[in-house]
Amino acid sequence: MTETKDRSSTRPIRVLIGKPGLDGHDRGAKVVARALRDAGMEVIYTGLHQTPEEIVEAALQEDVDVVGLSILSGAHNTLVPRVIELLRQQGMEDVQVMVGGIVPEEDAEQLRALGVVAVFGPGTETEEIVRFTRSCARGA
Amino acid sequence: MAERRETLSGLEVKPVYRPQDAQVDYERSLGDPGTYPYTRGIHPGMYRDRLWTMRQFAGFGTARETNERFHYLLRQGQTGLSTAFDMPTLMGYDSDDAHALGEVGREGVAIDSLRDMERLFDGIPLGDVSTSMTINGPAIILFAMYLAVAERQGVPWSKVRGTLQADILKEYIAQKEWIFPPEPSMRLIVDMMEFATRDVPQWNTISISGYHIREAGSTAVQELAFTLADGFAYVEAGIARGLDVDAFAPRLSFFFNAHINFFEEIAKYRAARRIWARRMRGKYGAKSPRSWMLRFHTQTAGCSLTAQQPEVNIIRTAYEAMAGVLGGTQSLHTNSMDEVLSLPTEKAVTIALRTQQVLAHETGVADTVDPLAGSYFIEELTDRMEASAEEYFRRVDEMGGVLAGIDNGFFQREIADAAYRYQIEVDRKERLIVGVNSFVEQDEEPIPTLRIDPELERAQVRAVQAVRADRDQAAVDRALESVRQAAASGQNMMPSILDAVRVYATEGEIVRTMRTVFGSYREAAVF
Repeated sequence: MTETKDRSSTRPIRVLIGKPGLDGHDRGAKVVARALRDAGMEVIYTGLHQTPEEIVEAALQEDVDVVGLSILSGAHNTLVPRVIELLRQQGMEDVQVMVGGIVPEEDAEQLRALGVVAVFGPGTETEEIVRFTRSCARGA
Repeated sequence: MAERRETLSGLEVKPVYRPQDAQVDYERSLGDPGTYPYTRGIHPGMYRDRLWTMRQFAGFGTARETNERFHYLLRQGQTGLSTAFDMPTLMGYDSDDAHALGEVGREGVAIDSLRDMERLFDGIPLGDVSTSMTINGPAIILFAMYLAVAERQGVPWSKVRGTLQADILKEYIAQKEWIFPPEPSMRLIVDMMEFATRDVPQWNTISISGYHIREAGSTAVQELAFTLADGFAYVEAGIARGLDVDAFAPRLSFFFNAHINFFEEIAKYRAARRIWARRMRGKYGAKSPRSWMLRFHTQTAGCSLTAQQPEVNIIRTAYEAMAGVLGGTQSLHTNSMDEVLSLPTEKAVTIALRTQQVLAHETGVADTVDPLAGSYFIEELTDRMEASAEEYFRRVDEMGGVLAGIDNGFFQREIADAAYRYQIEVDRKERLIVGVNSFVEQDEEPIPTLRIDPELERAQVRAVQAVRADRDQAAVDRALESVRQAAASGQNMMPSILDAVRVYATEGEIVRTMRTVFGSYREAAVF
């Protein structure tokens, strides 16, 4: 934990925006990626149709502080737990995971119980996501 | 009053329009409805003669659930079917593929083999309904399955009516559900066009779609320009195959979004008809008026709906639907209020359908053709939309055409920029969205939403495995080898794919076979 803090104070926050699953709705992922970049963070966007394995591998290679998963296909209950499990297997428990997309509230509760730090639904201001990302990356 | 007002495309809107703003040469720019250049509509009497087709897009779970929804919608007075497939089907994976995990039946209906397609249209005579299928990368396979179902129902292909989306260009540009690279994908589309022109003459071969371009964040002008540019690319591909433009162009149709900026949308549809007619006649030498007529389906804008105060979406959808009707659409899907949260419940989809019925039978908007013609504002805006689209056509031509534009990320960048700009305007409250950045309610009561039972995925996985266990495997192997040979040799792929689906080769198996020849597409993602 202290290691994360030291690291984050000397370099910009690094965020991976991932699109797990098969849906091609990348409007939100790209808007969020650009908003975070404009706020001074280093943002890596995986592109579409990624498996959880590919996303976690990218998170590892890129040494990110935060992973943002964008899902609008309804497959969040399968894909998000898998990403979290793989992050744990890689010893990356300190990486914060947030989710954006169409996630019903009862599912969002379950995802938060698994360790997802935030679930952002339609209509969220980009400023709110920027603020949250900054606080969770710094506070990790 | 001094403050600048704009449409969603950023076109300036003045407080008052006067005769000098709109230089209308009636014969040249408008013409009567049903006459060139069809700005006012493609039929002389429009809805007086025939109402638009009310066509609600539907699909979820397995073929059984969706078949029930189809029967329900037909009983409620819907006049055409529109099929939504799930993500694995759209991407060419069988339900038991690792890529399909968690996705089966979630965003549409899962179709793996002809068995599912038979179930999907059980009790629905394919000679009596028209069916639209939203499928692109693997469209040729689903088209073959549909024709095989017709065969089994004893309906001749000459009586089969419907529409295949099969617009792969907008997949690379916006919707991002592709399988193969652009060149082989274009060839598959021309294969279908060639086949249907001869054997399924009432089929609409491509639904050239601006809807998804708009949903991905484009402006109305970009939607208009990119969609028509795609349309011209298909026309050029057909001509390059040696087809007579008047043999295939009449079966091309369009699919536009109806967004919330009311007059801009109406101007967009009018401009689209005029541009298409002029180019088809002037540039591509089409002689048949049917080739000049731009026919289109409209769907209200999913991206204009809000998760906050979702009942308000009924009102947004009603205005958008009215724009589509005043713009002369041939068919219409009205979104349900809950579609920003989940697939629609039966209650929500019924209200959406009723919205169209009120529009058709109570408001009187269907009584006069193109009633806004001659409005200084509408005519001026129609001209400006056309001019702005022409500017994009010039840029696309300069960069070497649509495929070159996809390759260098031009369209993708234009759309991402527009989407970002829009979001920033909303965040800064330069655009007010009711319930989102203004008139916000705390502690909203959630509305009921449709839940997809996870058991349906397991049932579908078992079903596709049972199909594989049941069929004549040697026949399947032979059929897939023919598919591979057709892919490699360049001959039309429809016959071999028809043979493969008839012996219950699955969609995933056929796609895998084609991939060995065509390869896969990967996007260089830009943001």
